[in-house]
Amino acid sequence: MSWGFLCDLLSGVNKYSTGIGRIWVAVAFIFRLLVYVAAAESIWKYEHDEFECNIRQPGCENVCFDHFFPISHIRLWALQLIMVSTPSLLVVFHVAYRENREKHHNQKFYKSPGEIDGGLLCTYLTSLILKTGFEIVFLVLFYKLYDGFKVPRLVKCDIRPCPNTVDCYISKPTEKMIFLYFLVATSCLCIVLNLSELSYLSFKYSIKCYLKRYIK
Amino acid sequence: MDWGSLHSILGGVNKHSTSIGKIWLTVLFIFRIMILVVAAERVWGDEQDDFICNTLQPGCKNVCYDHFFPISHIRLWALQLIFVSTPALLVAMHVAYRRHEKKRQFRKGDQKCEYKDIEEIRKQRFHIEGSLWWTYTSSIFFRLVFEAVFMYVFYFMYDGFQMPRLMKCSAWPCPNTVDCFVSRPTEKTVFTIFMIAVSSICILLNVAELCYLVTKFFLRRSKRAGNPKHHPNHENKEETKQNEMNELISDSCQNTVIGFSS
Repeated sequence: MSWGFLCDLLSGVNKYSTGIGRIWVAVAFIFRLLVYVAAAESIWKYEHDEFECNIRQPGCENVCFDHFFPISHIRLWALQLIMVSTPSLLVVFHVAYRENREKHHNQKFYKSPGEIDGGLLCTYLTSLILKTGFEIVFLVLFYKLYDGFKVPRLVKCDIRPCPNTVDCYISKPTEKMIFLYFLVATSCLCIVLNLSELSYLSFKYSIKCYLKRYIK
Repeated sequence: MDWGSLHSILGGVNKHSTSIGKIWLTVLFIFRIMILVVAAERVWGDEQDDFICNTLQPGCKNVCYDHFFPISHIRLWALQLIFVSTPALLVAMHVAYRRHEKKRQFRKGDQKCEYKDIEEIRKQRFHIEGSLWWTYTSSIFFRLVFEAVFMYVFYFMYDGFQMPRLMKCSAWPCPNTVDCFVSRPTEKTVFTIFMIAVSSICILLNVAELCYLVTKFFLRRSKRAGNPKHHPNHENKEETKQNEMNELISDSCQNTVIGFSS
């Protein structure tokens, strides 16, 4: 079980997406997942070992690291990728339900089980709203936990057992900041794509409904 | 999810590329991505552990390392490879869109559609003409821009392409000007120069491909202007046969050269 599983999952979703949805999948794969696996993971690999405090008191470094990084950037990033990809499963499940229903009753209920109309449209819109919601929640979480998206070189720590206010140095702060900004930029891009897809679908189907009523 | 997934995504684009495009893709995967994964990552693997400063002052090493390496070579290369590979997706999306339109025509039972079944549409290779030519040319242009930008960033950030053995650092909390020693500087210089050289080759290939496409465009235009009665279907059939032969030759070459598995 690894990121390949998420990869396969999203490839399945791609089949039932609109054009904008496919662009979203491409951005999620290449600019988020691939950058995470190929580049970002190795930056945070030894973050605890390389976190150094100007003190010899045993336990002070551990306590300070834990205070400043309740949850590491990289783990939060991984959680964000997983949570943001999961709502697309709703669409996959709904299509599978439709196909099952047709098979079970041996009858054609839908023009095509994968076509986005009726109940599937509601599911698709719900998945878009959930995706956008998760993106915003994680961005706010990042902002609140780390006081903005900056990674300082030096943090001052005075928690027990540190005997006084001690200087602690974070490793590779500039590189971490560059990748954090990259994360924020791709997140915002995905939010914009989701909102455009939401507006496009709402507009398309409201025009369709209006025309149907008008023609009748 | 790793570089192998990128290979499978870009492999699909390969079918609709020119011969120079196929060579570019081969160079990208063998001389850049494979070298990055198999060799370069090991060289830079221990970079901060073995970066040693002549001081016992805690924090000085961290600060000096961060000052001299704002972003590591290896991460910059990974980003460069990702950005440079992405424009090919524009072509993949355009081809997918065309296929989708042809499938829609086929399903509607359009008489203009000349395909016998859906499988034929799926396997069809599109010629680089019309709007696909513009998409393909834009993708090459963006590739060139990204390559150039990343090479410039490299040069600017590291003040050339050489890795020095010794760096002098006086950032706080270092008590004075401290000597810091980089691990494996010669090996890193060798790989940096290698990657820059291959980048330059890729830029040349892209420029050549761009010139080839532009020349072909103007030749085709002048042919059409000079010969308006020429039957398009007959020309297409001859071109298709030649393209199929080219594809067979390049595919058999590729199969022997690329043993890349994800």
